[in-house]
Amino acid sequence: MHEYSIVGALISQVEGEARRRGARVVNRVHVRIGTVSGVEPVLLTAAFDVFRERTLCQGAELVIERIAERWTCPACGTVIDRDAGLLCGRCGTPPRLTAGDEIILNRIEMEVS
Amino acid sequence: MCQECGCGDTEIVSVDVHERILSGNDRAAAHNREHFERSGVLALNVMGSPGAGKTALLEATAAALHGRFRMVAINGDLATDHDAERLRRAGIEAVSVSTGSACHLDAAMVHHALDDLPPSGYDILAVENVGNLVCPAVYDLGQAANVVALSVTEGWDKPLKYPVMFMKTGLVLLTKIDLLPHLPGTKIEDYEDAVARVNPMPRVIRLSAHTGEGMAQWLEWIGGLMKPEPTGARS
Repeated sequence: MHEYSIVGALISQVEGEARRRGARVVNRVHVRIGTVSGVEPVLLTAAFDVFRERTLCQGAELVIERIAERWTCPACGTVIDRDAGLLCGRCGTPPRLTAGDEIILNRIEMEVS
Repeated sequence: MCQECGCGDTEIVSVDVHERILSGNDRAAAHNREHFERSGVLALNVMGSPGAGKTALLEATAAALHGRFRMVAINGDLATDHDAERLRRAGIEAVSVSTGSACHLDAAMVHHALDDLPPSGYDILAVENVGNLVCPAVYDLGQAANVVALSVTEGWDKPLKYPVMFMKTGLVLLTKIDLLPHLPGTKIEDYEDAVARVNPMPRVIRLSAHTGEGMAQWLEWIGGLMKPEPTGARS
C-alpha cells in the first residue's frame, strides 16, 4: 500500500507551495493519476483523508483526474490498442507508452489573505 | 479589509504545479544514478513476488560471476536479515534494508544502504527489492535496468494481473523452470505470451538457478549493460 507514501509526498509538496504563497487554507488539490501508474485512486483518497489531518490540507478536497493508457508508435505516430497486441498495425514498430503512467500534482486551490 | 479583525480579505488562488508527486524520490534516484555512473557500477533493480526466486537467482549469479566481476547486493525486506545473510554465504557483500511496514524500496533507502557497502571496488550492485508485484514498480531507485523474476509456479497470467511492473522492465526471468515437469498443464509459452501483451519489447529468459539452465543468457544480458572500459581514456 504505497499510496500512503505517495500521499505523504503530495501533502508536503502542497504545503510547500501553499506556505510559499502565504496561504492559510488549501481548498482543493487536483492530481492526475494514470490508469497504469500503479496508483489506485480509491486507496489514494483513503490515504489522503488520513494524512490531511492537522495539515494545511485538513479541509481540502482531493480531485483525481484519471488519465487513460495510450500507446503510440514512435515511428509513424499511430495510436495502438494494447489488447490488439503491442505492435504497430501500420509499420510493425513496438509502441511506446505515451500516457497513463502519470502521478502528477496538477493544481492547488488555496486561500491567500 | 475584514470588519471583524482587520485581517484583509482572503482571495482564492489557483496555482498550477504540474510536478510529479514523487519528484523528491526522482531527485534522490537521479543522485544515485549519477553516483553509479560515475563509479562505473551497473545497478539492477530486481523485483518479483515473494518466493519468485530472487535471492536464489542472486546466489547463483554471485557464484557464476566469481573471479570475473565483483557484485554486491542490497536486500529489501519488511523484516529479517535472511536474504542478505544468504548472499554473504554465497561470497558477496550484502546489506539488508528493513522497510518495517513499507512494501517497496525507495531511492533514499538505497542511498542510506550504500553507506554500509564498500565505497568502491565493485562492478555490479543488485538491489533485491521487497517481494511485491505492485509497489516497487512505482519508485525509481537510480538503477540502470529493472529485472523481474517470475517463477513458473506463480501462474502464467501474472503479467496481465500486474501489468505496471511488467511494462516497466527490461527483462523478465522465468525462474524455477526445473519444476515444469511437476506442473501439469503449465505451458511456458503462456508466460511469454502474457509478457508480450503488456511489454512492447519483451525480453524473456527461461532460467533455473538450481540447474543453471538459462544462466549463460542472463549473464550475457548483464554483460551487454556493462560499460566497456574506455580505451585510452585513463592515463
